[in-house]
Amino acid sequence: MDFTLSEEQQMLQDTVARLVRGEYSFEKRLEFSETELGFSEDFWKQLGELGLTAVPFPEELGGFGGGGVEIQSVMTELGRGLCLEPYMQSVVFGGGILSQAGNDAQKEKYLEGVASGELKVAAALQEPQAFYNQNEVETRAEKSGDGYTLSGRKAVVIGGHCADVFIVSARTSGDVRDADGISLFAIDANAEGVERRSYPTIDGAKGCDVFLDNVKVGADALLGEEGKAADVIEYQTGRAIAALCAEAVGCMEEANELTLEYLKQRKQFGVPIGKFQVLQHRMVDMMSELEQARSMAILAASYADAEQNDERRRTLAAAKSVINRAGHFISESGIQMHGGIGMTWEYSFAHYAKRLVMIGHQLGDDDFHLERYASLLEAS
Amino acid sequence: MNMNYTAEELAFRDEVRAFLDEKLPADIAAKVKGFRKMTKEDHQRWQKILVDQGWYASHWPEEYGGVKWTPVQKHIWDEESCAYGAPRTVPFGVNMVAPVIIKFGTEEQKQYYLPKILSGEHWWCQGYSEPGAGSDLASLKTRAVRDGDHYIVNGQKTWTTLGQHANMIFCLVRTNTEVKNQEGISFLLIDMNTPGISVRPIITLDGEHEVNEVFFQDVKVPVENLVGEEDKGWTYAKYLLTYERTGLAGIGMSKAALTHLKELASRRLKNGKPLLEDPTFGQRIAKVEIDLMAATISNLRIIAAVEGGGVPGAESSMLKVKGTEIRQAINDLARRAIGPYALPFIEEEMSLDYEGEFLSDENAAPLSAQYFNNRKLSIFGGSNEIQKNIVSKMILGL
Ligand SMILES: Cc1cc2nc3c(=O)[nH]c(=O)nc-3n(C[C@H](O)[C@H](O)[C@H](O)COP(=O)(O)OP(=O)(O)OC[C@H]3O[C@@H](n4cnc5c(N)ncnc54)[C@H](O)[C@@H]3O)c2cc1C
Ligand SMILES: Cc1cc2nc3c(=O)[nH]c(=O)nc-3n(C[C@H](O)[C@H](O)[C@H](O)COP(=O)(O)OP(=O)(O)OC[C@H]3O[C@@H](n4cnc5c(N)ncnc54)[C@H](O)[C@@H]3O)c2cc1C
Repeated sequence: MDFTLSEEQQMLQDTVARLVRGEYSFEKRLEFSETELGFSEDFWKQLGELGLTAVPFPEELGGFGGGGVEIQSVMTELGRGLCLEPYMQSVVFGGGILSQAGNDAQKEKYLEGVASGELKVAAALQEPQAFYNQNEVETRAEKSGDGYTLSGRKAVVIGGHCADVFIVSARTSGDVRDADGISLFAIDANAEGVERRSYPTIDGAKGCDVFLDNVKVGADALLGEEGKAADVIEYQTGRAIAALCAEAVGCMEEANELTLEYLKQRKQFGVPIGKFQVLQHRMVDMMSELEQARSMAILAASYADAEQNDERRRTLAAAKSVINRAGHFISESGIQMHGGIGMTWEYSFAHYAKRLVMIGHQLGDDDFHLERYASLLEAS
Repeated sequence: MNMNYTAEELAFRDEVRAFLDEKLPADIAAKVKGFRKMTKEDHQRWQKILVDQGWYASHWPEEYGGVKWTPVQKHIWDEESCAYGAPRTVPFGVNMVAPVIIKFGTEEQKQYYLPKILSGEHWWCQGYSEPGAGSDLASLKTRAVRDGDHYIVNGQKTWTTLGQHANMIFCLVRTNTEVKNQEGISFLLIDMNTPGISVRPIITLDGEHEVNEVFFQDVKVPVENLVGEEDKGWTYAKYLLTYERTGLAGIGMSKAALTHLKELASRRLKNGKPLLEDPTFGQRIAKVEIDLMAATISNLRIIAAVEGGGVPGAESSMLKVKGTEIRQAINDLARRAIGPYALPFIEEEMSLDYEGEFLSDENAAPLSAQYFNNRKLSIFGGSNEIQKNIVSKMILGL
């Protein structure tokens, strides 16, 4: 085992860290969040120019075939800056699905744009009643002519408000919760019959629900084999989970640093409040939760691009469950130990707290991943 | 020992229910139940109805307009009014400054202020906390210097809840710097329209304007606005705080929130079945419901034990900690119950006038905001850490 980043990985992380520090002050972040786009177009362009949106893609697309650890390096730093750009959605998740399931023509059509950042893709997989179960798909794709007609609704697609292309799951056969019979389609976000209802999210980002009303697509929109998309979805969701875990660790690092600094600096009863043992112990618990989370984010990163099997499934479920719990604990404890200041809009801590709690609502909450893990328990 | 309501208590409950059925405006109840935004006018409209009924200042002595409710009757009122969706009373006038004026004020002050609290002419806010004086309230620095018939007040208060609506503020001010912190504090009643006072909003993490900073620059306050004796304000302040804490247990509000949560969880689905029937989520709800059951009885027991002896002392700290933990746990579950829809932050849907389609559940929009906003429950009124310090010192002798 070796827990250190390679020289290249370290350089990558340093590059992102420098960029975030330079471009993403807390004040600027608030401004980006208020814009129509909801993030910084300029920052997104820079991610493209520096080759960061190409990280997971092959050389001919400007990348270097980066795996889970490289994505982790980028996402951790984006998390520290509370960055709002749809990197996870488009580069990791959307790009991942296209790379795994797309045929040559589809890759040719989309991946160059994804890798350069010019094209934004959003995976619109979950549905309103599905409660995180990606196999619960009511959206239908009926064969029509040599293509398909799609109808249904997709829920809370973060980054979907600005996506050029949606990757949509739809049922071509089977019952609502069957793994079998789910197909994936790449559809133009502006195609006829596609409506989005966009909204801000409480953690400062933006997203949308997607309404599909008899959307006609050609056979060339089908990604992978008809009815066999559940495996792709599961695998790529795993990669996205690993990326979210890394983002969360970045947020937690920053949240803990802010809290620790505050404990040293804020005085009540004539002493820094960090002298009160009950706060010391809670800070210690925050630190050990972060360490647990960091370990699981590293583990998740190392499994992100591994071959699919139960061990990978378990690891990613375990990671997300630890991350959700740790993020929740750090968020609530940090607010509490800051007192009133921790609840104010103009102080960055509150925004880390909101992001951390909301990560727990993306790609599965605590219960979802514990149940998933339990269903995969090994007797020995 | 008898854990059932007596015939009189049941009759009182019927009376309360009949009143709420008849008098609680439907639009206000809908706002409260759906966690929609309340306006100042909403509060005032409901206050007037309660005053007319004689129940607004129920805990005041009868001569000033109170009624002699037993602890059980108070509990019944709390539980029923919350269940019906009656708004929480804005406490600063009727529940905070009034008991202090009644106990420590002059006859003129009682005659002048109490009727104006009832009529709504005065909307009070609480000027205790300062940037440097939160948990360590006694270290407050806002200075009041006697100058003939006036005090000249300089300094700053902060976290002033609903100060933007208020025309009166009760303040703890320093009148003596030569003595121990606690011994140089006075309790002043200040008209917010006095020249030299300015109010600046503080926006909280959920985007709300609920708290404020209040600045005092050479503000002239007549000496007759002093309550009790100069430099004895700390005693009055602490008397008020125990009142504040008992109310903060919020049992009735927790019950109403739990009902709301269960309704929500029976509408939301997991694996095609109501979330309420899901074993994992069901257990989460069961846990907090059980905790609330115990806290309800603890609340009644403790209040009953001190009845006659006045307001509860350090015991109220225990109730505050438990009560706020339970309310926060319920808010936490409500956020979880809507799954990914905890993310969208759609302000239009939080208004009762919203006529568009709801993105998901009609009550989903405010839930995350409310979860974050109610982190305040364990911070204000004396943080939960401070309450535990009080219990360990005053009850456990540690
Ligand atoms: C099964 C067992 C095996 C042991 N084996 C060995 C051995 O092989 N060799 C050996 O030398 N000793 C051994 N010990 C002794 C052990 O190291 C002591 O029990 C331990 O150091 C605690 O001391 P104490 O029992 O006197 O408790 P105390 O020190 O009196 O502590 C009582 C409680 O107060 C808390 N406390 C004390 N100080 C603080 C503080 N500053 N802040 C917050 N909380 C505080 C403690 O955490 C504890 O909860 C053993 C003990 C046990 C139970
Ligand atoms: C939404 C909101 C509304 C409010 N409304 C009002 C109002 O209307 N009027 C008013 O006067 N005030 C109001 N307050 C202020 C509130 O009473 C204070 O926030 C509270 O007293 C805590 O003070 P602080 O925020 O300065 O935190 P601090 O006192 O700085 O505390 C920071 C942390 O240190 C802990 N701590 C401090 N001392 C100790 C100790 N000795 N031992 C262990 N832990 C300790 C605290 O528990 C907390 O976790 C409001 C606050 C909020 C958040």
